[in-house]
Amino acid sequence: MNRIIRWFAMTMIIIWVVAPFIPLWLWSFSLRWRFPNLLPEVWSPRAWLYLLKPSSGVLDATIDSLVIAVVVTVVSVAIAIPAGRALGLYRFRGKRFMEFLILAPTIIPGLASVFGVHGLFLRYHLANSLVGVILVHLISSVTYATMVMWGVFSNYNPEFEEQGRVLGANPIRNFRYVTWPAIFPGIVVAALFSFLLSWYQYLLTLIIGGGKVQTLAMLLFNFARSGDRPVAGALSIIFMIPALIVLFVTSRYLTGENAAVSGLGGGR
Amino acid sequence: MTHLVLNELSQTYSNTDKPALDRLNLDIKSGMLNALLGPSGCGKTTAMKMIAGILTPTSGDILFDGKSVLAIPAERRGAVMVFQNYLLFPYMSVGENVGFGLKMARMNKATIEKKVLEMLELVQLPGVQNRKPSQLSGGQQQRIALARALIVEPKVLLLDEPLSNLDAHLRDEMRELIRDIQRKMGITTVFVTHDQEEAVMLADKIALIFEGVLQQYDEPDVFYNQPGSLRAAKFFGGVNFLDGEYAANQMTTELGTFSAPRSSLDTGPGVLSIRPEDIEFGTTNDGDNTISARVNSHVYVGTYTKYKIDVNDFRFEVIAEANTKESFPDGSNVTIRFPADKIWILPKG
Ligand SMILES: Nc1ncnc2c1ncn2[C@@H]1O[C@H](COP(=O)(O)OP(=O)(O)O)[C@@H](O)[C@H]1O
Ligand SMILES: [Mg+2]
Repeated sequence: MNRIIRWFAMTMIIIWVVAPFIPLWLWSFSLRWRFPNLLPEVWSPRAWLYLLKPSSGVLDATIDSLVIAVVVTVVSVAIAIPAGRALGLYRFRGKRFMEFLILAPTIIPGLASVFGVHGLFLRYHLANSLVGVILVHLISSVTYATMVMWGVFSNYNPEFEEQGRVLGANPIRNFRYVTWPAIFPGIVVAALFSFLLSWYQYLLTLIIGGGKVQTLAMLLFNFARSGDRPVAGALSIIFMIPALIVLFVTSRYLTGENAAVSGLGGGR
Repeated sequence: MTHLVLNELSQTYSNTDKPALDRLNLDIKSGMLNALLGPSGCGKTTAMKMIAGILTPTSGDILFDGKSVLAIPAERRGAVMVFQNYLLFPYMSVGENVGFGLKMARMNKATIEKKVLEMLELVQLPGVQNRKPSQLSGGQQQRIALARALIVEPKVLLLDEPLSNLDAHLRDEMRELIRDIQRKMGITTVFVTHDQEEAVMLADKIALIFEGVLQQYDEPDVFYNQPGSLRAAKFFGGVNFLDGEYAANQMTTELGTFSAPRSSLDTGPGVLSIRPEDIEFGTTNDGDNTISARVNSHVYVGTYTKYKIDVNDFRFEVIAEANTKESFPDGSNVTIRFPADKIWILPKG
């Protein structure tokens, strides 16, 4: 009985994950596919061959997307660890204000804040640059990464660090051997969120990048708008691959024993 | 072997004005085990954390062998604290936990492994090195925490309520283990507890602390025979107290005048105290320090009988050994005697 349930669940999950891909694959290999038909009328590898050509800009956009997402992820996590720690562990003057500040970007539409900073970016020559794009991506990534680490540290017993110290660990080794392993699952989740938020970001990149910064998301949007569905389908698949890899690699930290929130919970 | 001295050690936490620990003075001779005893919240853990170096004193000094250690950070101070809730690192094996301190000291792997096995032997848990801490019982975790501290051969060992999370029979075992190892290794040890019996059984000297203030620092028997205050006497199980005026070795009370050569004060208002097992029963009303009384009730507790005795509006507890004393039915008239050499006069209040 248990087995049947497990197989059923697995099947459902596979359908859930794979099904949306089927039309994309079909589109990517079609030359003509009109409405009532269940399958493309004319098959062709045209879209794929086109995208693999250097002139398509796919490689450059992938590199740009990766560079931006990786930098955003590293910076977000580096900020989220001390920020989450302060919010989760300590009481201090102005904490409520800090909490509000951290949460604000989840309520205020990204668009609104971007219009706010656009002028500033123009003045400091950050608009239309990679750095500018990274900075706007950070607004939401830092927020979500901090929220994750905040949760981790709310459930964290800092006495473990005191124990490490008295046993002879200096602050650096103490972080390396005591704190890091305890918060690592949380860091993976925070990094995953940061990466995906940046990877799938379109609108903010368009406004601040001013078309000069071409990420995969921008490229995809252009093709989708131009009506070339086969190319858009193929590009969608390419677009999702890195995200799927990241998700797959990190999935064991999202559930079960290794779940991010387990931390050093309570100590007992 | 380290001679540990605390000199006016104080801690006032930043969000409070009343000190959690107020000018604590202790002098723990090399290789001795002293207990910090007091009710929950009196500042025991605070004192330990300052000795360990993970909490900076507000004022005062800590000396190891005559030298201040305040400038030495926790990781190099050599005072290892075993926390009340063990704090075994959950993502490490038991062996890795025990070897942690040596790894931090950059000792080589083979030596660490060898020493870990020795330590597990010492705490009587051989063969558990590959388990996870969560697979051990509370008592076993406590031993591992002790092994993890001992392996670095600390100058000072700080044990924060090591027995309070264990059930009764484990507690006896663990207490003996601690005492044996501490004697064998000769480590200067501070032992925290809120249980006076535990302190008495383990410690060479006891520091009794109430609300951050040291009340009395003495050998265990002194707390029974010559407590320094009414509160100290009550904390150590004292129940019989009688107010009066003390002068010239005489205590004058509502129940008469008692001769009482042993006193913590010269003269003035005081409190007569006597332990339940020191009060003598009788039926004849002659002799000094003897008063008429009436048995209110009694309970038989196997090796002794515990009586509640009324004298006017006062009630005393008397413990009579079962085999030596005849029994006195409830309501019967008796006399009780306070032997002069058993009375101890306390300062009032
Ligand atoms: N980090 C802290 N900040 C503020 N007050 C504290 C802190 N730690 C302990 N206290 C207070 O100091 C007093 C002594 O605490 P503690 O040393 O833990 O007592 P004990 O170990 O004897 O139970 C208590 O009143 C406690 O509430
Ligand atoms: Mg405590």
